[in-house]
Amino acid sequence: MVKRLAVGAHYGLRDWLAQRVTATVMAIYTVYMVVRVLSLPAFDNAAWRVLMSGSFTKFASFLFALALFYHAWVGVRDIWMDYVKPLSVRLILHVMTLLALVGYAGWVATILWRL
Amino acid sequence: MTTRTVQFKIYRYDPDKDAKPYMQDISVELEPSDRKLLDALVRLKSVDDSISYRRSCREGVCGSDAMNINGKNGLACLTDIDSLKQPILLRPLPGLPVIRDLIVDMTQFFKQYHSIKPYVVNNSPAPEMERLQSPDEREELNGLYECILCACCSTSCPSFWWNPDKFVGPAGLLAAYRFIADTRDEATNERLDNLEDPYRLFRCHTIMNCVDVCPKHLNPTKAIGKIKELMVSRMV
Repeated sequence: MVKRLAVGAHYGLRDWLAQRVTATVMAIYTVYMVVRVLSLPAFDNAAWRVLMSGSFTKFASFLFALALFYHAWVGVRDIWMDYVKPLSVRLILHVMTLLALVGYAGWVATILWRL
Repeated sequence: MTTRTVQFKIYRYDPDKDAKPYMQDISVELEPSDRKLLDALVRLKSVDDSISYRRSCREGVCGSDAMNINGKNGLACLTDIDSLKQPILLRPLPGLPVIRDLIVDMTQFFKQYHSIKPYVVNNSPAPEMERLQSPDEREELNGLYECILCACCSTSCPSFWWNPDKFVGPAGLLAAYRFIADTRDEATNERLDNLEDPYRLFRCHTIMNCVDVCPKHLNPTKAIGKIKELMVSRMV
């Protein structure tokens, strides 16, 4: 069979943009958390629990986790696209990455709302 | 001024004779008038006429003598011989198939260049005189049209090394933006559609080796950024 090359998937812009947006979200969250942690009355478990059980911190932390996972999805997929040539192996790696990241998102939610 | 000797370590490969490539140590006596690396290569050719390389205009216009000089892509005709650490390490442009010695097969490079339709597409009836541009519109093409297609940029780009068949590469993308930026061109949307692809455009990870090596001091990364900006502006 003649091997034909196909390009033109017509996506890429959204992921490229999402990578920039998620990076900004993570940067803002990092600054927010550093400020909150430094202004804790004491560096102990009780103070940490008070901080992490606040609904805004939960919301922001969950948003951070989602941003991280979307960012990681684009980045890890780029690595597979660059270095893994066999189509079937690449597809399996894409799906495994995606499933792992969706699983992590659920895990983060349970951890955050356990408090 | 007296004559001086220059030491070389040159990548040699003749597929008819050599089982695999090897590095050859060779030195050459230069005349006082020899200033550029290409001058030394011309002298070298008179010592060993089997050494093969491309060259033509010998003044940085044709882009034929692009090679990897001491680990960095550049044009032999624009590189001062005295600025180079010896022995001067000469290799063919990385990432393209070697035909012989310093000569590479540029087919893949030009295939990508042609894939962006490097010409003005305008189906409107031609005006009586010419398709005019304002000075500002013309200004936008500066830094884009000067590319000589030497392939120094694309062959220094890791993304092009990994996916030369799918990623257009910095030279092709610079040319793509040259026609997107041209107010006389009417195919902007088709051009953006042609590039909106995870491989064709978005393999660029802003490594900027292209900017570092361009012998004409052009900035493909900036042009790629402008293409992305235009894509965002038509989506958002």
